[in-house]
Amino acid sequence: MSFRVHVRVMPRAGLLDPQGQAVEHALGSLGFAGTSAVRVGRAIELDVAAPSRDDAERQARDMCERLLANPVTEDFELQVETR
Amino acid sequence: MRRVAVVRFPGSNCDMDTLRAAELVGADAYFVWHRDTSLEGADVVILPGGFSYGDYLRSGAIARFSPVMAAVQRHAADGGPVLGICNGFQILCEARLLPGALLRNAGLTFISRPVPVVVERTATPFTCAYEAGTALRLPVAHGDGRYVCSDAAATELESGGRVVLRYAAGDPAAGPGNPNGSAYDIAGICNAAGNVVGVMPHPERVVEPILGSDEGLGMFRSFMMADALARA
Repeated sequence: MSFRVHVRVMPRAGLLDPQGQAVEHALGSLGFAGTSAVRVGRAIELDVAAPSRDDAERQARDMCERLLANPVTEDFELQVETR
Repeated sequence: MRRVAVVRFPGSNCDMDTLRAAELVGADAYFVWHRDTSLEGADVVILPGGFSYGDYLRSGAIARFSPVMAAVQRHAADGGPVLGICNGFQILCEARLLPGALLRNAGLTFISRPVPVVVERTATPFTCAYEAGTALRLPVAHGDGRYVCSDAAATELESGGRVVLRYAAGDPAAGPGNPNGSAYDIAGICNAAGNVVGVMPHPERVVEPILGSDEGLGMFRSFMMADALARA
């Protein structure tokens, strides 16, 4: 079976996110005065062939822990859907 | 004769300067390609600066899985000296040979200028030629140089005397000494054993008077010293 995996990687809460700050300033300049707490992360999508949804999720979690996210500075969330 | 392997990744761009600096101190220096699996009997391994794999995903994240890195891991585990400069430091962090990570500079801009640093730890194969407390001006050139680590790791680094280089308060006219927002003004660290060292500044760019300074040469002279390999 093939599964579509959506990975969302975000800078860990509490760590300075200068990209988020810069985007927040830019949004302010555009007139979006009420914007706050902007954070910039990364989205990764991939297909994985696996015998079950659980197995696909297990593989995806392993990918995140070993490569797609840095456990020192980032947190990740996974969504797995059937193709 | 000391054999020095300079590892080249796709996107390394300080490899020639690093080789040249090692040759200047009399080392038998040579390049090792990232797909190689042998370090060819290296005494010392240097991961040079640059933008390996275009900094895709995170700086150093892909290079960490290059075939040569298994040999670098073994060399490090055996107590062999390993120096990571700039992107090399990022790769060593991604490879978990050093704690922490290097994130986008706090000011977001790429910074390329000399900065004042202090040599804090001299018990490494790359700083034993310096006196502790020596003030240096070394060039930095990076976009992702902001060192961060967990509180526990920071405590270990500080209590273990593992901060090798620290950004110093500089000339106010030239801007703050800490250029990138690094935690604890950290510019370079080593592992617990002291044989693996990572630094963001580029000592290889200041190794001859014609380059404006030779203040970085000591990092290369260090590993040539007779007892350097036991100095960690």
